[in-house]
Amino acid sequence: MNPLQGQSGRRALGYGALIAVVVAIGAAAFIYTAGWVSPQRLTPDKLVASLAPPGGPALGRRRNHVKGICFTGVFEANGAGMPLSTAPMFVRGQYPVIGRFNVATADPNAPDGTVPVRGMGLQISAPGEEVWRSAMITAPFFPVATPQAFYELQLTAHSKAPDAMKTFAAAHPEFAAFGAWAKSASQTGSYAEDRFNSLNSFVLTHGTGQRSAVRWSLVPTATPVPVPPDELAKRAPDFLEQEIAQRIQGGPLHWTMMVTVAAPGDPTADPSKAWPQDRRSVNVGTLVVQKVQPDRDGPCRDINFDPTVLPAGITTSDDPFPAARSSAYRVSFDRRTAEEKDWPRTASEAK
Amino acid sequence: MASVKQFSPLQRVLHWFMALCILTMFFVGVGMVSSVTPRYLGLVEFHKSLGILILILVVIRLWARWRYGAPALPASLPEPLKLAAVSSHYLLYGLMIVMPLLGWAMLSAGAYPVVVFGGLRLPPILPQSEFLHTILWDAHHYLALAFFAVVLAHLSAALMHALIRRDGVFEAMAPYPTREGD
Repeated sequence: MNPLQGQSGRRALGYGALIAVVVAIGAAAFIYTAGWVSPQRLTPDKLVASLAPPGGPALGRRRNHVKGICFTGVFEANGAGMPLSTAPMFVRGQYPVIGRFNVATADPNAPDGTVPVRGMGLQISAPGEEVWRSAMITAPFFPVATPQAFYELQLTAHSKAPDAMKTFAAAHPEFAAFGAWAKSASQTGSYAEDRFNSLNSFVLTHGTGQRSAVRWSLVPTATPVPVPPDELAKRAPDFLEQEIAQRIQGGPLHWTMMVTVAAPGDPTADPSKAWPQDRRSVNVGTLVVQKVQPDRDGPCRDINFDPTVLPAGITTSDDPFPAARSSAYRVSFDRRTAEEKDWPRTASEAK
Repeated sequence: MASVKQFSPLQRVLHWFMALCILTMFFVGVGMVSSVTPRYLGLVEFHKSLGILILILVVIRLWARWRYGAPALPASLPEPLKLAAVSSHYLLYGLMIVMPLLGWAMLSAGAYPVVVFGGLRLPPILPQSEFLHTILWDAHHYLALAFFAVVLAHLSAALMHALIRRDGVFEAMAPYPTREGD
């Protein structure tokens, strides 16, 4: 029997066409799911691309908060966090820390004194592969309420249209508060005097039933000394790194970790809204920074401070930012680790 | 139609359940990496957990293949198609084993904790390395696309055997027992 002749031949052709249709539908569904035909979808690649300075991103380096310095030390838990969460790093004791002080810019040539926001990436490790990563900033609340608005803010900031920022602010009323803060807030002359805030809400869990929505902050034990902006602008482009490297010669630096518990009804899903000042805050321990090392060769270089890397006892909340940040940080990490040759280590690796 | 030898019931159950898992993996994988929505985190955790489940199942499946073997291909099948059948099965088995390991190794090299099944923490299987992370990431990505293409080819071949050639090859792995089957 020749399958391509007569009735059975026609039948085979019909079935062949059917098979082709099945395969085409499978491939089309895959392409649709991948977003390759959905230009309106906000992808992590677009979010990361929107951060790039006019000359393009600094290859081999973080796509945002590009300037920074690594630190190592310990987190000394006092046990006060234990009633809130089963996270192992809340049990009284010492836990190793790797972190990174940074300035919130994507431009590696921006002078430190011109950037209004600073940040801290933090990783606290506990036995059993338990890791808690966090990336905090000095602003007391976030500029916008949603990841989509954050993306639009980046497009606006890079836009040449004369009224772009005005139009954006009109569409995002929450942005006005951030603008006011950025104008009026006093800056310090040192990372050691800065307070770093999670801004995003997370949920601490204890046992089966107990869940507490929280935000946390690292509050410096050093007294903040305000420095006028024009004075900061006159300092060396990398003065923050130089200052912290010098200051730590005099001994370890300390921050208190304060966990603030939301009251029912507090806006956990919106980091642009601060919670009232009177919320219960628990001092859960002290971050002790013992050593700093240049970002380029230091232990923080290859850490993605993804705020959704959490230990047992801490989970994400209804705040949409940690998921968006995790997705975008991953893209930044994948890019820069693939570009190692563009930002090679300076020291021969002593392994 | 000649009497049809079927794969053992265990092999057929594993085949169809894993087919469902693997198809799900493609769509979850390609969907999650293009998303910044709150669904992203759940999809990533599901992708990791399902990957580990597939790794466990493929070990059982290889054991079952060794223990129960496979029905011979029909003598009527032309040599080139026989070669395609045999080589594509090696490819499929290889990818089923390699893909979860690549994912796990890639996360290890990126210093990410690997948390699956809602809280089980797997140890790293590689040291932290930018170089390895990049190679493994690329391999996971491009092999996933290749894997999807091989699965589509496998699906076309299965339908060709079922609808056009009607030579019992599809029935050998059919999710239902055949009358002539043992």
